[in-house]
Amino acid sequence: MELKEKIRKFIESNLVVFEDEAEFSDSDNIFEMGFVNSLFAMKLVNYIEEDFGIEVENDDLEISNFSSVNRITEYIESKKSA
Amino acid sequence: MTVTESKKEVKCVVWDLDYTIWNGTLAEGDNIQLKPGIKEVIRTLDSRGILHSIASKNNYDDAINKLKEFGLEEYFIYPEIHWNTKSGSLAAIRENINIGMDAILFIDDQPFEREEVKSVHPGITCLDAVEYKTMPDLPRLNPRFITEDSKRRRKMYQDDIKRKKEEDAFEGPSEEFLASLHMKFVIHEAKEEDLKRAEELTVRTNQLNATGKTYDYDELNAFRASGTHKLLVCELTDRYGSYGKIGLALIEIKAEYWHLRLLLMSCRVMARGVGTVVMSHIMQETKKAGKKLQADFKKTDRNRMMYVSYKFANFKEVSSDDEGHILFENDLTMIQPFPPYIDVKIL
Repeated sequence: MELKEKIRKFIESNLVVFEDEAEFSDSDNIFEMGFVNSLFAMKLVNYIEEDFGIEVENDDLEISNFSSVNRITEYIESKKSA
Repeated sequence: MTVTESKKEVKCVVWDLDYTIWNGTLAEGDNIQLKPGIKEVIRTLDSRGILHSIASKNNYDDAINKLKEFGLEEYFIYPEIHWNTKSGSLAAIRENINIGMDAILFIDDQPFEREEVKSVHPGITCLDAVEYKTMPDLPRLNPRFITEDSKRRRKMYQDDIKRKKEEDAFEGPSEEFLASLHMKFVIHEAKEEDLKRAEELTVRTNQLNATGKTYDYDELNAFRASGTHKLLVCELTDRYGSYGKIGLALIEIKAEYWHLRLLLMSCRVMARGVGTVVMSHIMQETKKAGKKLQADFKKTDRNRMMYVSYKFANFKEVSSDDEGHILFENDLTMIQPFPPYIDVKIL
């Protein structure tokens, strides 16, 4: 649970979400909501690498690994246990 | 490395003050005199689009007032005037302007300062202050073209400083601030008068550059006139003024594919989300034309952000080699809409 909260906080404070009412659930695809730009993408990758001590390989840079709070959490967990 | 050995164009000159720009030690109350011809050197380089900054051990207010008195203050952005190390000052300037150390020339009369800076930043170029008169003739301080964008470069950075100040002072969500900028992003096919700037962009852009390939004026003009290529130029303005022409894309039109040969975006606009806009535009147009989209990419030690951008725009690697060349393909099933805070015009 704690990991999810951290990810959600990061996304909320770094994504440019235009409308205040644009809430998203842990399973919502943040890419399809149209919020992701280059800078956010890079910040997200750096955040995962620095805060969780993971090296995100190019092969892992698939939208499917980063498309929602749930997916990012799963990705980090799988890397940590690997 | 001396000034002549490295080939990279100098984007910013960082000046010491005492015995470099002027004779005399300001903090000791000396009678300060500008070095002969120094104003012309600074103005000449400024008109070529080369930025100026300061790394000086002095009292900030005294030094700024002196520069104002000489009518020079407006030429310097992000001055570092304090008693800390100059290597630290250079690091701060580099970060604020967001360029590579290898694009900075540091000029100081004291060998100690030049060596201290060099020991921390080996990529930087240092110049002895006695040589200031030679600067306008140095090849690395002579950009191949001087474009409208280079002439107003300092003004654009100064606008940026104003924006940043307001952004920091802005209370409320950053998206509201972005909306308050009234950004207008224009994409159009390159005209002949855009080509100098287009070449300049291929030379100057490192971080948001898909291939790192440089093209000269004639090559770009040939693409423009070829009928088999589209050369797109992007321009961004907001209520503070124009950021100038900040993006370039070259697309080869093939039977089944549109092939993106080149995509780059100036790092000054990185925080504005416009890279995604031009990608989305190209994806939409490819889809409209009923084609598939491929893209060239070459990994460099600086362009990881661009790699991430491609991957997050749903490009998949089709093939790659040991030298970092990658061929991407996009099935165009997922195209991000334009951000609502940018008014996008396609001409």
